Order: sequence, then C-alpha cells, then structure tokens
Amino acid sequence: QLLLFRFTVKRPFSTSHSSVDSKEMKKFQLLAHKWWDEEGEYAALHSMNDIRVPFIRDTLLSMSSNYHLGNPLSGIKILDVGCGGGLLCEPLGRLGASVTGIDPVEDNIRTADRHKSSDPVLAKRIQYKCSSLEEIVEESVETFDVIVASEVVEHVADLETFIKCCSQVLKPEGSLFITTINKTQLSYVLGIVVAEKIMGIVPEGTHEWEKFVPPEELEHLLESNGFSVKMVTGMLYNPLSGSWSWMESTSLNYAVHAVKSGAQAQAHATDTPPETDIQQRSATAGTAG
Amino acid sequence: RAAASAPPLYDVVVSGGGMVGSAMAAVLGHDIHFHDKKIALLEAGPRKDYDHMPDSYSNRVSSISPGSATLLSSCGAWDHVCSLRLKAFRRMQVWDACSEAMIVFEKDDLDDMGYIVENDVIMSALTKQLDAVADRVEVFYRSKAVGYSWPLPSHSCDTSPWVQIELADGRRLQTKLLIGADGHNSVVRKEAEIKNIEHQYDQSAVVATLHLSEATDNNVAWQRFLPTGPIALLPLSDTASSLVWSTSHDHASELLAMDEESFVDSINSAFWSNINHSDFIDTAGAMFRSAISLLKPSGTAVRQLPPSVAKVDPESRAMFPLGMGHATEYVQHRVALIGDAAHRVHPLAGQGVNLGFGDIACLAHHLSAAAFNGSDLGSLKHLLKFETERQRHNVSLIAATDVLKRLYSTTLAPLVLLRTWGLQATNALPPVKVRI
Repeated sequence: QLLLFRFTVKRPFSTSHSSVDSKEMKKFQLLAHKWWDEEGEYAALHSMNDIRVPFIRDTLLSMSSNYHLGNPLSGIKILDVGCGGGLLCEPLGRLGASVTGIDPVEDNIRTADRHKSSDPVLAKRIQYKCSSLEEIVEESVETFDVIVASEVVEHVADLETFIKCCSQVLKPEGSLFITTINKTQLSYVLGIVVAEKIMGIVPEGTHEWEKFVPPEELEHLLESNGFSVKMVTGMLYNPLSGSWSWMESTSLNYAVHAVKSGAQAQAHATDTPPETDIQQRSATAGTAG
Repeated sequence: RAAASAPPLYDVVVSGGGMVGSAMAAVLGHDIHFHDKKIALLEAGPRKDYDHMPDSYSNRVSSISPGSATLLSSCGAWDHVCSLRLKAFRRMQVWDACSEAMIVFEKDDLDDMGYIVENDVIMSALTKQLDAVADRVEVFYRSKAVGYSWPLPSHSCDTSPWVQIELADGRRLQTKLLIGADGHNSVVRKEAEIKNIEHQYDQSAVVATLHLSEATDNNVAWQRFLPTGPIALLPLSDTASSLVWSTSHDHASELLAMDEESFVDSINSAFWSNINHSDFIDTAGAMFRSAISLLKPSGTAVRQLPPSVAKVDPESRAMFPLGMGHATEYVQHRVALIGDAAHRVHPLAGQGVNLGFGDIACLAHHLSAAAFNGSDLGSLKHLLKFETERQRHNVSLIAATDVLKRLYSTTLAPLVLLRTWGLQATNALPPVKVRI
C-alpha cells in the first residue's frame, strides 16, 4: 500500500516522453505569486485578455446555434493548457464555460486555485490540476470541446507530441486556439531585446528565441495531425498604452484557430467508446487487402 | 470553508435608490449580458406607493433631455412615464432682468427639446421596471449602508477581494462593484476618501406648483436672470407650471412665509418688471441688436411673453439650499460614483439629473462590454474609461454653469453689458447655440 501511495504522488517535474521542459518550469515557479498583479510582471498577459477572450468567444459563438443569454459559453468544456495563474480560465468561466486548467508548476496551480476560491460561481466552473498534457490524455480522451494553448507552445519541449495530445483529448470538430510568437528577426529584436532586456515588459529570460514557432511550421504540424487550420492572425502589443490589437502581419505575435477533423472512421463511434478501437481496426483490416 | 458564514456576494451593488440609483439598477437589470448576474439596490427610505398618482402636481420636477429619455426607454421606463404624465417643450427663452438681451433655444425640426417630468413619475416608472427584473435585481428598502470596507488591489488569501457593506440593521453584503448613487453628501465617496471640491452658493431654490391665468399651449420653458438669481417657469400642462426660483436664503424664506397672493405677485413682477433696466444698458443693448440684424437678419428672435400666474397650489411651496460640487475621482478599485455623488450643479441649466443619466449610459456601456468579455466587473481598467469620458463631459458643463451663475448674480454695468452682448451674440450664432 505504501508503494502504491508513493507512485501516485504527483511529482512537480515530469521527465521523459513529455512536452514539458523542466528548465521552463523553473522560470515560472519563481514568479508564481505575481500572476494576479495587473500592473506587475504579467500585465501584458492580463491585457491580452482584451483580444484573446473576444476571439475565442466570437469564434465559438459563430460556430454554434444556441445562445444562452448572459452565458455565451454555457455548456462548453474548455481545457486551458499551461494555464499559469488562471488569467484566461477566469474570464472563460465567467462566460459560462466549464474550464479545466492544467499547468505543470505546482505553485501556479495553487495561486490559481486560491484566486478562484473567493468567487463561488468560478469555484464551481473551473477545476485546476497540476499536470502536463500527456498525463491527462488517458483519462480525457475526446473530452473537451475546446483547447486553449495561449503563450504556451513557445515553451514546450516537443511541439508535435503536444499537438498529438491535443488531438487526443479534443472531441471531433473541436476547436484548438493557440497564441504564440513567430521566429523572425523582428521578434528577436522586439520580443527579446526590447521586451525583456530593455523595457521589461516580459521578465528577462522568459523566452528563448530558438523555441519561437513560425506560423508555417505550426500550420504544417497541425494539418498533418488531423487539424484543419481556419484562421491565422497577427497580434501587436503597444507598450505605451499597454494594450493589444490585431494586425495582418504575423511577424511578431499571432493567433491560430484550428478545428479537429470530424470525418474519418471516428464517425462510426458515436455510441460505445470502448468498442471504437475494435471497429476501427476491423474497418481498416477489411479495406487493407 | 468560509461559505457558510460569508455574507451574500453580489456582482453589483448600487447604493442610493433615488432617480439615478434606481435607473442604474434598472438599466443593468435589463442588459442582456447581465442576465445571470446578481444586482442589489440599497435604499434608506421605505418603498413608496406610486400606483396612485395624486391629481395635483408634485413640486419636484426635472427637465429631461431627449438623451435621458432614450436611456429611460432602454430599460422600458419611458413608456410608463408617457402613460402617466409629462410635458414636452419645444422652446426655451432665457433673458436678463437688467437688459433686453434674450436667447431662444428651439429645434428646427419641430422635435421636442425636452420634457418636464415630476420626479415621482420617474420613480414610479423605474420602480415598475425594477419589479420586472426582480429575479436579477434585489431592492433593499429601509436599508441604509453605514459602513464600507475596501479590498486591497492585490489581495492575499486571508482577506476578501470584495467590497464589504454593513447595513444599519447589522446585515452584511459583499460585492464585486459598488456604485455610489447616494447624492451630494455621498457616504460612499466619503468612505472611499475621494476628495470633493465643493462650494455652497448663498442661494436656495424655491419650488412651487403654479396655475396660469389662462390656458395656453404652454410648450415653452422660461428663465429670467434676476440679480438675485434665475427664476424659471417650467410647463407642466396647459394650465400649470412648476416654479424654480433660485435666490438668496433670506429672500427664499420670505417667499415661503408670505401669503399666496403676495407670492403670486412676486413671481409675476419678477418676470415682467423692468425695474433693473438702466438707460445706458438699454441703449447699448439696442445698438448691438441693430448691428446684429444688419449682419444677420435672422439673428434676433421674436420675443414671446411669458404667461402670467394666477395662483399657487397650497402646500406646494418648499425651499432647499444650493451648492456646487465635483469629485476629483469618479472611480477607484471596485467603486464608481454617479449622479450627484460625483457632481452637483446649480439648477439654472436644468442639467442636474441629465448629467446623472449620462453617467449611467456611459457606465452601463462599459460594464456591459466588460461582462461580455468575462472581465472582473470591479476592475479599474474599464472603470477608468468611464471616468475619463464623463469627467471630460461634465467638468466643462459644471464650470460653465458656475460661471454663468456668478456672471448673472450682479447688476454691475460692465458685467451686465458683457453678458448682454454675450447672450445676444450667442443667440445670433447657430453653431454655438446647437452646442448648448
């Protein structure tokens, strides 16, 4: 029994077969208590809500036919991967969604849990879990309507694994929203030199230019892993006003909306999930010859 | 853990159930993005029965601008007002007691310029509309707030992030946003330690309900600037008008004490007498007028004669002191001030409650957008936008009203000439008049 207990204790650092980079985790651990200071280190992420929440909200509203007055995202299950202190989970929760926020840094989850606890509505609608994406895949196959990975993919160790896992936990025709930073000369100058070293918009060392992801690469990975990319738009941060806006060019920050393909053999498996694999295998077996 | 003993948590609490506070609660209650939110309105007084409007007019009336009418429409209250009673006016004539100078405001397109509505009628309409959204808006009558405690902007786990409100009867509430609509002596403003620039005018306003000598279309609002203060006649019906006479405290007490006949005589004399004219001013004024009519033939309007008053409604005479006030800040973390709590003006411009309704329209707009974005309603980010927009609008109007009040409180020839010419010039210049 003791053995069992030891193995089920969550370890803050995941290692192999993981998209989580342990060096990245250490960086965020140091700033865990700063998440909810709107004027602090995470100010730019707070103001990013002004464009990313409407983006997610309006995209989902345009795809659905029912509208619940006062709770536009009611009935939608969202997974926020790399949720940090819950900055994006809370607005989505207020709009009616059932949100699961996961983050590998224990302190982040603790901060997020504490912040939502004083609001009974949010406390019910949002669940936080200290976990990497891979760790929840098994118990969450095709569980979520929407996955949000905002300012996360530039920190993961293996992007393709990450995308594959997203696909596994997403329902067919489910939406994936990603915001991240492009890998260009401009993003090096503005995103690293200016933002981190000169103006202190982002804590120094937060980003590594090598891990920035060009939209073409992201699109390619998405399309080859069962996603259909619906929209790619650029984002621009104005450090003087502290606000974000949309722009055509994706040379700095950008956002992507992709939809997991619903067609394929998965169309058969609507009733009994456990038998899905067997049906799929027999279907392919039949046509293989 | 703390849920069992924690006071009920509201999304918005409006403190003050007057016209502005009630309208704020009603507008939010009817907003689609507030459909599932919890709003509370705190009113120190009891719930009044507005179902039976007395035949006689109340002596507290307000001049409602078309913009305010639109706001009241948006929460369904304007229909009730129209079905009760109101008087539209098409024209406003403002003139000086010390000269012939006059300015007439009139809309070219025969639309109403504004409406004179009894405050009780507005309250009746708003109460009905609050009842209609009772599932979202809880009105607490006989509930005076006696204490507020404010959260720190970035809270730690052992303190609540919400505003705590303590009522006189010991009950407690919590809220994500507190809106102070509790009048010019606002407790919310004082407890939030927001500095208020205030000035007591040495004037009181005398109000009364008057009956005219003869029935008339009565769709003109009249205001004459006397040296002691402006006297205004606001139409209530074809045979009745409401009086708002701003004058010195002593004169106001005299007016209240005198018998009804003398009171009526004073009013008629105030509107008709030319005792304050001096030949010098009259000549100078006439010269200016002819100069204008040379340059701009249409620039001098026809002077209409105000109606004469026959009697005053007994028991309808009352007086209240006047002052000016402006809060240096309209907002803080989780707090916003609207209406007289934020700004108090002299009634000479007929703007008081319209400024309050303008505050509501602006704040409701920003809160609605914030709710649709899933934002924390008490966040300074959108509250500051409300403050900037409204301060920009209000400060110039309050300052101008104050200047006008002081300018018109004198018989000194140079200043009379200045305002005479100023009024005449303004009357002749369409762009300036439209701005007003």
